[in-house]
Amino acid sequence: MYLAKVYVTYKESILDPKGEAVHDALHRLGYTNVDSVELGKYFEIKLTAGKKTVEAEVDEMCDRLLANVNMESYRYEITEMEA
Amino acid sequence: MKFAVPVFPGSNCDHDMVNALRDILQADADLVPATTTDLTSYDAVILPGGFSYGDYLRSGAIARFAPVMTAVKAFAASGKPVMGICNGFQILTEAGLLPGALQANRSAQFICETSELIVRNVETQFTSDYATEAHLQLPIAHGEGNYYCDEATLAELQANNQIVFEYVTNPNGSVANIAGIINRQGNVLGMMPHPERAVEAILGSTDGLGIFKSLLAHREEVTHA
Repeated sequence: MYLAKVYVTYKESILDPKGEAVHDALHRLGYTNVDSVELGKYFEIKLTAGKKTVEAEVDEMCDRLLANVNMESYRYEITEMEA
Repeated sequence: MKFAVPVFPGSNCDHDMVNALRDILQADADLVPATTTDLTSYDAVILPGGFSYGDYLRSGAIARFAPVMTAVKAFAASGKPVMGICNGFQILTEAGLLPGALQANRSAQFICETSELIVRNVETQFTSDYATEAHLQLPIAHGEGNYYCDEATLAELQANNQIVFEYVTNPNGSVANIAGIINRQGNVLGMMPHPERAVEAILGSTDGLGIFKSLLAHREEVTHA
């Protein structure tokens, strides 16, 4: 069994109004040293090896569903889990 | 002319659409479930607004894989008209039937108001009933209606006259004030404003009627050609 940790974030050119709202809220709480906040998505996917390599399959999942590559980019870490 | 209005779990403008088509335009319209796999008996498909599959992941991201979308793709490929309103527009971009994406409004707020639009292209089967550069009052109601595409895509949309509706005052941060676009082939239209909510005087505007009248007139032309 493998564990894939997938992180999806907006590309730099894309507005992140939710991140900005969190940024502003942190400032209101007094954390004026906060320079920026990026709000993204995090997935933990447990899977077994299929027909393709686990990496190829996770990559495909990101392209097809987990991220909208028009406006988001993704990265992932895959580790083998102890049985 | 027979319209299909696919209903996804979480659609909420499906009945408004069918009401507009049946009661106001006296057209045939069926609500069809998202599990439908064959749309060949219809003349047009309209994907309604709402929050399909709870907008989980991204608006339209899950709906794109509903069985009916395979049929919608085949329907579009056959050249018949497909229109997506609001969440329907989001689904069409997620499905790759229209370029770009709808991101969160610049204000991070849900916007529910009447918007003024300019019809930029009246030479489509969806807009032929309107006068050139007509101004329309249509309701918008969305949290993620901020149209985004890269510069190359925008240049292509402009070069091919694919920007059909523009906001007079940009409410949500959309690139180039875009409120609605059409595909290159001219048979798939997506727009954030709700024409089906502007079909009776009592609703505050009848400016949405032109889209449905255009489609009905186009169908007449095709069948009597």
